[in-house]
Amino acid sequence: MKKIILISAFLAGGAGLTAKAGDTTNVYHSPANIKVPKGFEATIIADELGRARHIAAAPNGVLFIKLERLKNGRGILRLQDADNNGSYEKVTSFGNYGGTGIAVKNGYLYASSDDAVYRYRLNENMEVADTGKPEAIVTGLLNKRQHSAKAIALDNNNHLYVNIGAPSNACQVADRTKGSPGQDPCPILDSAGGIWQFSADQPAQSYKEGKRYATGLRNVVGLDWNSNVNELFVVQHGRDQLATLYPELYNDKQSAELPAEELFMVKDGANCGWPYCYYDGQQQKKVLAPEFGGDGKKEARCADMVQPLVAFPAHLAPNALLFYTGDKFPARYRNGAFIAFHGSWNRAPLPQEGYYVVFVPFEKGQPAGKWEVFADGFSGLTEVKSPNDAKHRPCGLAQAPDGSLLVTDDVKGTVYKISYKG
Amino acid sequence: MYKIIAGAAVLLALAFTARQPLPKGSLERGKKVYATNCLACHQADGSGVPNLNPTLAKTPQVTGDRQKLINIILKGLDEEIEINGESFSNPMPSQAHLSDQEIADVLTYVRNSFGNKGTAVSAAMVTTERKKM
Repeated sequence: MKKIILISAFLAGGAGLTAKAGDTTNVYHSPANIKVPKGFEATIIADELGRARHIAAAPNGVLFIKLERLKNGRGILRLQDADNNGSYEKVTSFGNYGGTGIAVKNGYLYASSDDAVYRYRLNENMEVADTGKPEAIVTGLLNKRQHSAKAIALDNNNHLYVNIGAPSNACQVADRTKGSPGQDPCPILDSAGGIWQFSADQPAQSYKEGKRYATGLRNVVGLDWNSNVNELFVVQHGRDQLATLYPELYNDKQSAELPAEELFMVKDGANCGWPYCYYDGQQQKKVLAPEFGGDGKKEARCADMVQPLVAFPAHLAPNALLFYTGDKFPARYRNGAFIAFHGSWNRAPLPQEGYYVVFVPFEKGQPAGKWEVFADGFSGLTEVKSPNDAKHRPCGLAQAPDGSLLVTDDVKGTVYKISYKG
Repeated sequence: MYKIIAGAAVLLALAFTARQPLPKGSLERGKKVYATNCLACHQADGSGVPNLNPTLAKTPQVTGDRQKLINIILKGLDEEIEINGESFSNPMPSQAHLSDQEIADVLTYVRNSFGNKGTAVSAAMVTTERKKM
């Protein structure tokens, strides 16, 4: 620990490091080596936190971060910049479960494990009085390790939305196995492969009390309630391995470019097509997956599925979605979508892609322009050949009360703050 | 003196690791099988994908017991495993569609790539394990 503090002190230079014993870890404030548009400034406000997944900012500026794996036996971090000098010197931790989802809403902190969602009452200082006794709001959700992250979002009408990712690539009888046919209908969709809606304040809910709000979504790690149009938006991790499983239909290049990662607006009852369909960004349509008789062109039932609002390159792994509601960025950013792409692995043997944060301008809930890379260089490499080489991978997004954008990284546990300086 | 000890250590290490040469062409053939069936998940350098697909470099499951390793290829693996303190969430599919020779070659390849040094796997060993399925 001492070593880590020393290293961060070295990294931080004179930039306002205040490390003290006890709760405090190596929190500091220093320039970040990532590329952001002109007029913006990126700094690192915390580092070496562990596998920092999603992040939530409370109205008073306190940050909560969910760790995928426990660090020192704890899975939730609370960061506070008590003296308001840009360095989050006060770090406390609690929660004995790993996971991904975290949100602050109506005086509560919500956090998810891979099979449950808990909440904690917050006081006016955004402190959790009894960290040992969370209220279990939802329990017993499917967790078969694959796609088990339970990302969450809340609307303004007392609903909690939970992603239940499909523990499968394309619902084959034998997952990811060459020659194994698709299951039609796919039984996984009964308990996963979609977004479930629950009450935000009823304890001990599970499938019976909840409602399958949207289906046909393989795995959604990034989702956000858009208060501008009052709808849920999600980004899906598309299927893998077209060339490995169907070399007669797809070559390596096609497999690296297919299928698109999709951004949807999902209304109650939406079916986005997984596992039967995937979106081909070049043909600009949903086509039937080869496990279900597809040949890369046939549409069949896929014409009836909910179509994406934005199609991104394949396999980039969108891990967070955030609609920017602040007024501290230039006007074109208002109500637009930021997406944190964790970065690909399934483009091999071609170079990997992603490892950046993207912006999509929106007007009234519809894209109002092309997507663009907003923050890049997290991997620390000019080209990522293997994901294991990436130094940082964007995973979570939050909007701080001061209008800046916060980005978490789950490799080293770095937290970036991107502000507009004009 | 130091030099002599170091030299002796190198010789000793060489003698220790000297083993049967690998079957002719097995690495080249294995590399091709790897590219088609394994590379997408385990990556060209065998480093895998953090949290999803295990690394094959200096992994006890890869460099250790050959019988167990053959069975992972034949049957796949969908259970919680820990490798060097890391865990992985994607299932390994069965590769039983490969021939015994292809499995032997690809295992010989991964046991002797990515910094690994291991004994060869023969088609006969794969045949024996497949019969037990």
